[in-house]
Amino acid sequence: MPTVSMTVNGRAVTGEVEGRTLLVEFLREQLSLTGTHVGCDTSQCGACVVHVNGESVKSCSMLALQADGAGVTTIEGIAQNGELHPMQEAFREHHGLQCGFCTPGMVMSAIDLLNKNPSPDEGEIREWLEGNICRCTGYHNIVKAIQSAAANMRG
Amino acid sequence: MSDTGIGASVRRKEDFRFLTGQGRYTDDINRPGQLYAFFVRSPHAHAQIKGVNKAAAEAAEGVRAVFTGADMEADNVGSLPCGWVVTDRHGEAHKAPPHFPLARDKARYVGDHVAVVVAESYAAAKAAAELVEVDYGELPAAAETGKARDADAPQVHDDAPGNLCYDWVLGDEAEADAAFANAHHVTKIDLVNNRLIPNAMEPRAAIGDYDAGTDSYTLYSTSQNPHLLKLILCAFVLGLNENKLRVIAPDVGGGFGSKIFCYAEETVCTWASRKVKAPVKWTAERSESFTSDAHGRDHITHAELAMDENGKFLGMKVDTTANMGAYLSSFATSVPTYLYATLLAGQYTTPVIFANVKAVFTNTAPVDAYRGAGRPEATFVVERLVEVAAREMGIDPAEIRRRNFIQPDQFPYQTPVALQYDTGNYGASMDMALEMIDYAGFAGRRSNSEANGKLRGIGFSAYIEACGIAPSAVVGSLGAGVGLWESAQVRFNATGSVSVFTGSHSHGQGHETTFSQLVADTLGIPIENVEIVHGDTGSIPMAMGTYGSRSLAVGGSAIARACDKIIEKSRKIAAHLMEASVEDVEFDNGTFRVAGTDKEKSIAEVAFTAYVPHNYPEGVEPGLDETAFYDPLNFTYPAGVHICEVEIDPTTGVTEIVDWVAVDDFGKVINPMVVEGQVHGGIAQGVGQALLENCVYDGSGQLLTGSYMDYCMPRADDLPSFRVGLTETACTHNPLGVKGCGEAGAIAAPAATINAITNALGILSMDMPASTEKVWRLANTQQMAAE
Repeated sequence: MPTVSMTVNGRAVTGEVEGRTLLVEFLREQLSLTGTHVGCDTSQCGACVVHVNGESVKSCSMLALQADGAGVTTIEGIAQNGELHPMQEAFREHHGLQCGFCTPGMVMSAIDLLNKNPSPDEGEIREWLEGNICRCTGYHNIVKAIQSAAANMRG
Repeated sequence: MSDTGIGASVRRKEDFRFLTGQGRYTDDINRPGQLYAFFVRSPHAHAQIKGVNKAAAEAAEGVRAVFTGADMEADNVGSLPCGWVVTDRHGEAHKAPPHFPLARDKARYVGDHVAVVVAESYAAAKAAAELVEVDYGELPAAAETGKARDADAPQVHDDAPGNLCYDWVLGDEAEADAAFANAHHVTKIDLVNNRLIPNAMEPRAAIGDYDAGTDSYTLYSTSQNPHLLKLILCAFVLGLNENKLRVIAPDVGGGFGSKIFCYAEETVCTWASRKVKAPVKWTAERSESFTSDAHGRDHITHAELAMDENGKFLGMKVDTTANMGAYLSSFATSVPTYLYATLLAGQYTTPVIFANVKAVFTNTAPVDAYRGAGRPEATFVVERLVEVAAREMGIDPAEIRRRNFIQPDQFPYQTPVALQYDTGNYGASMDMALEMIDYAGFAGRRSNSEANGKLRGIGFSAYIEACGIAPSAVVGSLGAGVGLWESAQVRFNATGSVSVFTGSHSHGQGHETTFSQLVADTLGIPIENVEIVHGDTGSIPMAMGTYGSRSLAVGGSAIARACDKIIEKSRKIAAHLMEASVEDVEFDNGTFRVAGTDKEKSIAEVAFTAYVPHNYPEGVEPGLDETAFYDPLNFTYPAGVHICEVEIDPTTGVTEIVDWVAVDDFGKVINPMVVEGQVHGGIAQGVGQALLENCVYDGSGQLLTGSYMDYCMPRADDLPSFRVGLTETACTHNPLGVKGCGEAGAIAAPAATINAITNALGILSMDMPASTEKVWRLANTQQMAAE
C-alpha cells in the first residue's frame, strides 16, 4: 500500500493507505481524530470540513494521497493552549450548536470565510454556509456566532 | 436569580467537547477485534425472496459471516414490536403483521433488510454484499397513501386485508352532524401533509459487543431512549434477561424522533456479535438513512369546519388517511391517533369534533414519530381550516382566532377530544405577536412590495401542543405498552459534588446545562459541582428516555423530586449536628439553619457527614443518594402564535420569508437561550416541510428522493433570522411549572408559512412543499386570470 505523509495540526504523520482511502477516513480511522464527521455520502453536508493548506476542504471528497505533503488542520487543532479559537468561543457564547455533529465542519468553514472576507454581512454568511447543513439550530445562532467572531477577530 | 440558576441563559457545559472535536458519538467508538456489518437491502418495493445464495460472499476475502432471515429464525429471534395497540371503531386491535429484522418471505420496501455481511473491514463487507445473490420474485407495489385502499391495490400483508391497519374514530359523529346542520357556513378543505425524512445529521449507528465471559451483551446505539431499546430487544426480540444487555447511547447527533425506535440494524449487530464472537459495528451511509430511517407525516385529509354567522366555531369533522409504511415501527400507531386527533380542538372552544383516521400499509419505509409527531399534522389541519374560514367569511384572521380562543378563566378546559388543558392565555400570545410583527403596518408593507413588483403575504398559526404524554394509567388504557414516567437519581458525593443520573437523553437539547441549573439552584451548590449522566442503562435506573418534548416536564420533575428527598434526608442529619429538632431546621440556598439562632450547616458538610457518619442521627441510613420516579398527572400544553411574513417574486416564484415572529408559552423557563434555540430549530424544520422538503416514491415504490441531491434540506440561505417572544402561564401539575419547547416550532411553522404564501397569492389553498415552481405557476395563473 502507498505511504502518505502530511502535517496534521502541526504534527508530522505518516501512514499506509489504499488508493481509495479518503482523507476523512485517514483522519478518523488512522489518526483517531474523530472530531471530523461524516454526515452524508454526496458531499453536501459539510460535517467533514477541514483545512488543507489553509483552505476549507470537504475531507470526504479528497483522497488521503492527494493531501500528501500538505498541512491539514482539523477541529482538534484550532484551540491554542487550552484557549478556544475565537470562532469556537463565539459558537459557545451564541449557542451556535446543539447536537454538535455538524459543528466541527461549521466552525472550520466559518473560519475560512473570515479568512477570505473579514466583514461578511448576514447574506454573505448565509450564502457561504450553503455547503454546511445543520438540522438543529435553524442557522440563526450560527449566523450570530459568525458575525460576533468576525467583530472580535477584527479587533 | 443567580447567574447560573433557574431562568439564566447559562452557556452550555457540553459545548467545550463538541467545539474541540471531543464529542464521542457511536461511530467514534471502536472495540478491540471489531468487525463491520453491511446490509443487503431490497432494491424492490415488493418482492418474494425465493432464495439467497451466500456462497460467493462467504468466500470473499475478509468475510466472517453472511446471515439471512432464516439464520435469525433458527435462533428464534422475534419480530420488532409496535408498542401501542390502537383499538379500532369496531373494538378490534390494529393489524400488526410481523416485522422481522431480516426479511423472511418477502421484501416489502426499497431498503428492506434481506441479508447482512460481517467482515473484517467496512470495505470488505460492502464489497461482499454485492456478491450475495438474492432471487427476487418481483410483485406489484402499493406505493401511494391515497391508493392503498383501492380494490385493486396490491396487498402488502396477507393478514391486513385492504392494506388497512385500523379504522379509528374519536368523538361523536351524530353530534357533529347535528352541529353542521345548524351551521351558517361550512368551510371545507382537502390537504396533504407531505411525507418527510427526518435526517438527523448523525447517521444511525450501532456496535453489538458480546462478552462470552459473562454471557452478556453491550450495545452502543444512536438511541434517544436506551432503556426502552434494551427492554424491547430483551423482552420481545432477542429473548434475553434484561440483566444481560447494557445499552449505551453516547453523544447522539440529533434525533427528532427518528432515533426513538428499535431498528433492525442494531438488533442484527447485537445478535450477530455472539454468532461471530466479536463486536459488530454498523454505521449508516446517508443513503441508508433515507431508505430505512422511519419517515414522518404522510397524511391525506379532508376537514370541515361549521360556523355561525359571527365566525364562531360550532363543529369540526376530520377524515384522515395515514400511511404506516410497510411495517409498524415502534410507536407508529399512536401518532395519527392519540397524538393527532386529540389535538384538533387547538386553542379553540369548538364544542364538537369528530375524527376518523384510517391507517394503511404501503410498500414504503415505516412511518413513525418525527418532531411534533401528529401534532404538526393536527395544527396544519386546524390552522389551515381556520385561515380559509376567515377568508371565506371575510373576517380578519387574527380576529376569527380571538373570537374562538379558550379564555383564561375557562381553565382547566375539557376539550371534546379527550384532553383537559390545565392552563393557558392564548390572547396574550396573540397580542404580543401582533405587536412584534407590527400587524397594523402590514397593509403599508404590502403596498411597498407591490410597488416593487412583489407579492406580500402574512400567515398565522395559533398552535397547541401536548407534551410529556401521561399519566401512565391513562396511556395504558389507550393502548400504550409502557408507562410514561421518568426516573432520576441524585447522588451527593462525599466531598460535595453531585452526580445526577437521568433517564432523559440529550441529543442536542442541552440537558447537561439545563438539568445542572435545576440541581444547582435547588440544592444551593455551584453549578460546576453538578455532573449530569445520561445514556447508559448500566448506570442509570430504569427510564423512558426522550421524545415528545418530555425531558424537562417529566425527567426534570423526577430530578426535582429526587433533590427534595436529598434535602429532607439532609435536614435530619443537619438537625442532629446542630442539636435541634427537624421541624426547626430551615433550608435555603444550600444552608441549613436553626430558626432564630446563628447555627448553620452547609449541605456539603451534611453530605460529608452522611458518608463519614461518626456523629449521626439514630435510625437514619448512611449515604446521600436518592432516586425518584415521576409519573405526571397530565400532559403539559405549550401553545403560542407564530406569524410569518413572506414576499414572493412572481417572475421567479421565489418565496422569501421576510419576517418571522414566534410567541410561545412554555410555562417556566430554565434556560431562555436553550429554549430559543429549540424554537429556531423547530421553525426551520417546519419551514423545511412547507417550502422545500418532500419524500417522493414513484408508483412502483422506488424512492426518488434518496440523497441530499434530491431531498431539499433547508440551508442557511433558505431561512431568515427569527424573532422570539415568550409569554408564561405556569403548568399547574408538575413541580417546576414547565411545559416543553422542543417541537413547538415544527408544529407551528407549516401552517404559518402556507397561510402567508396563499395570502400573498390571493388563493385559499396549496399543497406543501411550496416549491418555487408551484408558487410561480400559481402566481402567474392568478396574474393571467387577473389580466
